[in-house]
Amino acid sequence: MSETTVPSIRPPARPAAASAHAALTEPRPVRIALTVLAVAFLGLFLLLPLAVVFVEALSKGLGPYFASFAEPDALAAVRLTLLVAVIAVPLNVVFGLCASWAIAKFDFRGRNLLITLIDLPFSVSPVVAGLIYVLIFGAQGLLGPFLQRHGIEIIFAVPGIVLATVFVTFPFVARELIPLMQDQGTTDEEAALTLGASPWRVFRTVTLPNVRWALLYGVLLCNARAMGEFGAVSVVSGRIRGLTNTMPLHVEILYNEYNYVAAFGIASLLALLALVTLAGKSFLEWRHADALAGRGAH
Amino acid sequence: MPMRWPDAEPIEMTAGFAPTALSLRREASARPVEASSAERLRQAGTSVRVDRIVKSYGGAGPAALEGVSLAIEPGELLALLGPSGSGKTTLLRVIAGLEIPDGGRVFFGSQDTTDIPVQSRGVGFVFQHYALFRHLTVFENIAYGLRSRPRAQRPREDEIRRRVERLLELVQLPDLAKRFPGQLSGGQRQRVALARALAVEPSVLLLDEPFGALDAQVRKDLRRWLREIHRETGQTTIFVTHDQDEALELADRIAILNKGRIEQVGAPHEVQDHPASRFVMSFVGETARLSAEVAGGEVRVAGRTVIAAEPGWPQGPVDLCLRPWDLTVGQGAGTLPGTVREWRRTGRGTVAEILLDGAEAPVEVKVTDVYEPGDRVALAVGAARVFPRG
Repeated sequence: MSETTVPSIRPPARPAAASAHAALTEPRPVRIALTVLAVAFLGLFLLLPLAVVFVEALSKGLGPYFASFAEPDALAAVRLTLLVAVIAVPLNVVFGLCASWAIAKFDFRGRNLLITLIDLPFSVSPVVAGLIYVLIFGAQGLLGPFLQRHGIEIIFAVPGIVLATVFVTFPFVARELIPLMQDQGTTDEEAALTLGASPWRVFRTVTLPNVRWALLYGVLLCNARAMGEFGAVSVVSGRIRGLTNTMPLHVEILYNEYNYVAAFGIASLLALLALVTLAGKSFLEWRHADALAGRGAH
Repeated sequence: MPMRWPDAEPIEMTAGFAPTALSLRREASARPVEASSAERLRQAGTSVRVDRIVKSYGGAGPAALEGVSLAIEPGELLALLGPSGSGKTTLLRVIAGLEIPDGGRVFFGSQDTTDIPVQSRGVGFVFQHYALFRHLTVFENIAYGLRSRPRAQRPREDEIRRRVERLLELVQLPDLAKRFPGQLSGGQRQRVALARALAVEPSVLLLDEPFGALDAQVRKDLRRWLREIHRETGQTTIFVTHDQDEALELADRIAILNKGRIEQVGAPHEVQDHPASRFVMSFVGETARLSAEVAGGEVRVAGRTVIAAEPGWPQGPVDLCLRPWDLTVGQGAGTLPGTVREWRRTGRGTVAEILLDGAEAPVEVKVTDVYEPGDRVALAVGAARVFPRG
C-alpha cells in the first residue's frame, strides 16, 4: 500500500485573493497621505529621539564619548545593571515557566486569580511598585526593625534593586508562554506519558522544546526591561553613586549635572541594548515564524 | 485536590468535558507492565477488563460513563463505536490511565491496573491528531519510549536503532527516519504515531479516532493496513470511532456506546443483523422508522398490515425499523406509501430519496425507474425489525 495523500504543506492560493485585494485598496492619494503620516510619526517619535541620543553622545567626538564609560561611577553603574539583569532574568524565567505551565496545562481553583496577579506588575505604576518595597523592607517599614536587628540591608542596597526589578519584569516570560502553551494543549504531554516518560522528562523533552522560541523571546524582552527599568529602581535604590546606581539612574544624575556627553554616552549604551534586543527578536521571528505562532506545522 | 489538565483539543465529548486527570503519582517507577524480550514483535496479547466504570466531569452534565463493564479477549481488535458524547473516548482514556475513573476497576490480564499510573501501564496510545513531538525527527519520535525507560532497562543505542528501523519498515516508512513531523502528510504522521506507540511493546494498543483527521482515501488505506498490522502483531487493540463503516470493517467485535452506557457488544454481523436496541439499529446503518402496532401476528402501520410478526416480537405499539436495502418499489398489499423527495444518478445506479408516510426522515432506496420529486410510490418490505415504543 503506498501513501496516497499528496502532502499539502501550504494551502493553495485562493483565486479570490486578487480581486479581494483590489477591493480593499484605497485610492492613490489616500495611500500616499497615510504612508506619509505613518512615516512622519515614526520618524518624529521614534527615530529622531534615537538619533539625538547618539548625536549628543558623540557631539564632542569619540574621545570624550569613550571617556564617559571609563569613569569609575559609570563602570559601577554598568556592573550593577548587569548584575541585576543576571539575577532577575533567570529568576523570572523560572517563575514564568512554572506559572505558565501550571496555568496552561492544569485546571485548578484560583487559576484566573493567578493570571490576574501575573498581570499586576503591568498595571501598577513602577513607582508604586518601588514604594511597596520601601514600605515593607524600609527602616520605617513592616519588616524594617527585624531586618535592622539582623543587619540585613534591602532598601538602598542591591537586594532591593533586584526585588523591584524582578517585580516589574515578572509578566514578560509568563505572558509570552501562556497563550502558546494553551494553544498547544496537552496531548503531546499525554503521548509522552503513555510512552513511559516521567513528568520531569516530559517537561524537559516535550513541553520545554515546544515553547523554546517563545521562551527566548520572553527572555529578551525581560532582559531589556530589567536593564532599562527606572521608576521602581529609582525609589528603592537611594542613588548612592558607585554603589546603588544603575545605568538609567546614572543617566539621570549626569543629565541633572549638565554633563550631557556622559549622560547621552551611557544612554547610547542602553539604546544599543534595545536595538540589539529588537534585532534579536526580529531574527527569531523571521527564523521561527511558525513556532512562534504556535502553529509549527504539527 | 488533584490538578487537572484543561482539555485544549476539541475531542467530541459531553458538554461538561473539561478536566482530565494527570497522574503524577509514582513517577520514578515508570516501566512497562510486561518486560518482554526485545526480539519479538508479536506480543502475547493481554486481556482487558473494565468493571462498572463510572466517570463524570463534574458540573451539572450527565456522567460520561455510567457503570460500563466490558471484557476484551487477548489479541482481539475491538471497536468502541458511538456518537459524540457517548463516552467512548472517555472509556479509552480510562483504560489507558489518562483519566482516573470515579468508580470501578480496570484489569489487564489478572492484574488490577486501576491505580497504576499511565507511565507504568504499558499501553500504546495513538491520538487522533497524532501528537508527534514536532521538534524531534521521525526516528527520535519512535525511539522516545525506549529512551524514556529507567537506565537499567534502557536498550543499548544499537539495539534502539535496530528496533526503530524495524518499526519503520513495519509502518512502511523506512526512508523517512530523518524527517520532521511537519514534513510528513497526515497519513504518514499517523503511521509514525503508531510505530511510536508500538515501540514500547505495549500490552494493549489504544487508538482514539485514529483516522478521524484524514481524508477518505487515506482513511481507507490505513484501515486495511491497520488490520494487517494487527494480524502481524497480534496485539490486543481497542479503537474508538464514530464511523460505523470503520467499525464494521475493522473490528472483531464492536461495543456500541450511547450516553455513557454500552448498548450492545458483538461481532459486526451480530450488531448489524441482530441489533439489541433501536439505537443500535439506527446507528449501524441507515434506518427508516415508523410507528406501528403488533397484534394478531401482524405488524400494522396506520391500520394496514405490512408484514407478519416474528415470534418473540413485542405486542402493542412498537417502532418499526427498516433498512433501505430491504425496501423495493412494489405494489399491492403489504406495501408502504411514500413520497419521492429527490431522484438522482450515482456511481452505483439510480436512487430515490423517499419519505415514507409517517416517517421522520427520508431514506435512499435503489430504484430502476425515473421519478420526479412529489411522485407517490409504494414500497414493499423485505425484512424489518420492531422495538418497543420508547
